[in-house]
Amino acid sequence: MAVVERGALAVEALPAAKESALKNWWRANATALFFMAPVVVMVAAFFLAPVLITLGMSLTDMATSTGLSRWQWIGLDNYERIIRSRFSLTILGNTLLFVAATLAFNVLVGLGVALLTIHVDSKTGTVFRALWLLPRISPSVVYALMWSWAAAAPPFGIINQLGEPFGVEPRFWLATDPWLILILVNGFVGASLGMLVFTSAIKSIPEDLFRAARVDGANAWQIVRRITLPLLKWPILFVLTYQTMSLFASYEYIFLTTNGGPGLYGTETWSLWAFHTALNSYYGNLEFGLGAAMAAVLVVMGLAISGLLLRLFRFGDLVGDPRVEIT
Amino acid sequence: MAVSIEVQRSRGWQGLIPYAIILLATLPIIILYGWLLYSSFFERVEGLRPVGPFTLDNWRFLWAPERVQQLQNKSPIIPLTINTFVFAGSVAGVVLLVSSMAGYALSRLKFKGRRMFLGGVLLLHSFPTVVLLIATFVVLRWLGLYDQLLGVILVKAAFELPFGVWIMKGFFDTVPWDLEMAALVDGANRIVTWWRIVMPLVKPGMLALGLLSFVQGWNEFLLPFIFMPSGNQATLSMMVRSLLGEGRFVDYGTLTAIGLFYVMPVLALFLFAQEYFLRIYSGGVKG
Repeated sequence: MAVVERGALAVEALPAAKESALKNWWRANATALFFMAPVVVMVAAFFLAPVLITLGMSLTDMATSTGLSRWQWIGLDNYERIIRSRFSLTILGNTLLFVAATLAFNVLVGLGVALLTIHVDSKTGTVFRALWLLPRISPSVVYALMWSWAAAAPPFGIINQLGEPFGVEPRFWLATDPWLILILVNGFVGASLGMLVFTSAIKSIPEDLFRAARVDGANAWQIVRRITLPLLKWPILFVLTYQTMSLFASYEYIFLTTNGGPGLYGTETWSLWAFHTALNSYYGNLEFGLGAAMAAVLVVMGLAISGLLLRLFRFGDLVGDPRVEIT
Repeated sequence: MAVSIEVQRSRGWQGLIPYAIILLATLPIIILYGWLLYSSFFERVEGLRPVGPFTLDNWRFLWAPERVQQLQNKSPIIPLTINTFVFAGSVAGVVLLVSSMAGYALSRLKFKGRRMFLGGVLLLHSFPTVVLLIATFVVLRWLGLYDQLLGVILVKAAFELPFGVWIMKGFFDTVPWDLEMAALVDGANRIVTWWRIVMPLVKPGMLALGLLSFVQGWNEFLLPFIFMPSGNQATLSMMVRSLLGEGRFVDYGTLTAIGLFYVMPVLALFLFAQEYFLRIYSGGVKG
């Protein structure tokens, strides 16, 4: 825009200058515009607009009953309703429990699998890494189906039937131990991220370090403890931050297994609460405004944590100008 | 892929310890998928023990859906499979086209806002898109694309774009620019050069990204579930979920057969194109 305006000022003096300024701008940017237009439109429609709409909607009473046209601005009422709700503390507690426990599982198991698959021969290692990727590449509904059968009520359920000889009391695991199942369901998907990141990080450690340690008589555990782990500090921090955010936001597997039960809000998490309120209500009236307020908290958090990741891991270095430019 | 760190694969039984631990840790995955693989071929499975002889009865939904009681009042499976295929294919197509265009520009051209856009793409890459779904609902209503497959395709493709753009930019960065330079000096324009000269050079990368986007689309559950409530163009995930949601006393034989039918293409792709998946998953991290 600025370029065009400056061009316009020059018109008075030199009519030809305007034409050439515009032409220059067009010549310099037309190609980039062509290549970038589709992605810009998609990002604007499905990322930028939704972020703004979420924040705006959270200040309205928009719901199935008002439709998309007869809603009103109600200020911060939705946020007040969330704080006043009898359930918000329970749900916040659930969310923190879910995120912390799953995060611990993801990072520890991811690290364990990465170390183990590197310490066995490389063929076996690849097979096990592929097995750990299976939950991530399977449709969520099929993965949930397998778990719902594994945790089914007695006399069914793989856990019941395999555990009985070992003295495990048969029970309907999804109802009696919903958290255990939820953490396993999410953990077996989530651990593979850590596995991949840590595996490639370990592989990039210079071989000499390990050789030197072995020459000095270090055993496997000492090598892991003194060499591998300290060098994995940044990858571990990356996985922690990244998965904290995605766990706060994710509810797909919870929805497909316990759906927030047993009982009222037994395993309901914050993002599932927003989803239930605005998109999948038991009561029929979908409260978009209230749900948007619940989501807005997560949107702001998401932007903050993503920004932190960007800064922390010096992604700035990755966006340098192209080395070669010919126009 | 060659692992160079074989720290202590040695000395008798001690060398077997890591094998034992990793096998034990992976057992739940092996059991779950093992169960899925064979329980559809038996009348019933108790624990991990099949009951009765090998049978294809559970697969009747393919040739005689009217005789499967669970599938009464459900859309037939073939159209659902076609919908899912169209959905996944279109998502992959849109992602490939849009991100190869943007990736090329971001790799080769200098323009205003380039740095900012790249930073934004990285930011969106780690941003959890599910929290935007409530607002996406409003956007789709405004665009008149609510309850239509096209709308869901666009949303899904858009959500995959930050990853795709970033990966494609990386692929273009590795292409030497000599050929391109020669074409440009000879007077070809950028668009022709991109399409005729550079694109063929990133085919392996496109294949990897295309496969991944296809699988992501094939697997997608939440988006069609939320944005296509009437189910006219329902996908397989919606059907499996509705069977799953019907309570505890469902006939697991049929259910696993349908589940296996649904997951099979993904497993096959994964088996044959595993390196592609591992490569692209480690290149850009999403999860």
